[in-house]
Amino acid sequence: MSEFKPTSVPKATQVEVRLPSRMGFEKVAMSTAAAVAKLMGFREDRVEDLKTAVAEACINAIEHGNRLNEKLSVGVVMSVDADSLEVKVIDDGSGMKKQPPRPDIDRKMLGEEDARGMGMFLIQALVDEAEWVSGSDGKSSYVRLVIRLDKEAA
Amino acid sequence: MQSETKARVEQLTSPAGHPVAVLRFEGDIASTSKDAVLGTYQALPKETNKLVLLDFSKVDYINSSGIALVIQMMIEASNSGQKVFAFGLSAHFTKVFTMVGITKYAGLFPAQADALAAL
Repeated sequence: MSEFKPTSVPKATQVEVRLPSRMGFEKVAMSTAAAVAKLMGFREDRVEDLKTAVAEACINAIEHGNRLNEKLSVGVVMSVDADSLEVKVIDDGSGMKKQPPRPDIDRKMLGEEDARGMGMFLIQALVDEAEWVSGSDGKSSYVRLVIRLDKEAA
Repeated sequence: MQSETKARVEQLTSPAGHPVAVLRFEGDIASTSKDAVLGTYQALPKETNKLVLLDFSKVDYINSSGIALVIQMMIEASNSGQKVFAFGLSAHFTKVFTMVGITKYAGLFPAQADALAAL
């Protein structure tokens, strides 16, 4: 595979993946996003951040958006720009009504908070931008992640 | 699709002479890993296994559901007077475990020898 030169490609080159709504298939999107990020020249630690964020976004889409309905699929659209990678993870759910609270390990250890519920926190903490958008028809929504190339360290 | 989680237990003794139950995991740690993670831990007699050491050196993928299983184990261990430690996490998952606060309740070490030396 030849080396990818971000400045030589048209703006917003896209890679798309469509996943069945079955747990485990988030790893397909994760691996694809990692391959794209490596081609763009992202540092290894940022690739790992992106992998976790994409996996968690896909898990949310599979589990909560599409409610594990295998007749529905999750769309993952990766848009390559000169200095950033945008990933949209699209499902058929109505989107989030409100953001869950930041996980609190002390409350979890005391049984006052569910041990789960860390996906969105991890997404927000690991990428440069994260937004959750509900479709106007109430039947589709997406999460949009952006990770930027750190030119100083790249 | 998710790779099966394998788990096995090894009984070691720390240089200080304390018995340590080492839970060695292999594969993914995800929502499907409940039996491997919690089941393996729960099969340990609590009275004789006060120090529990988790080996993640052969784990490539951990998601938030898998982290939740580790936290559930930590809760049970805390309620039973056990202490949980871990080693073998990649730099990325060391960062993730730190971000979610696990390091407040479970010591993380780079390698088994580092962990045993501290127990």
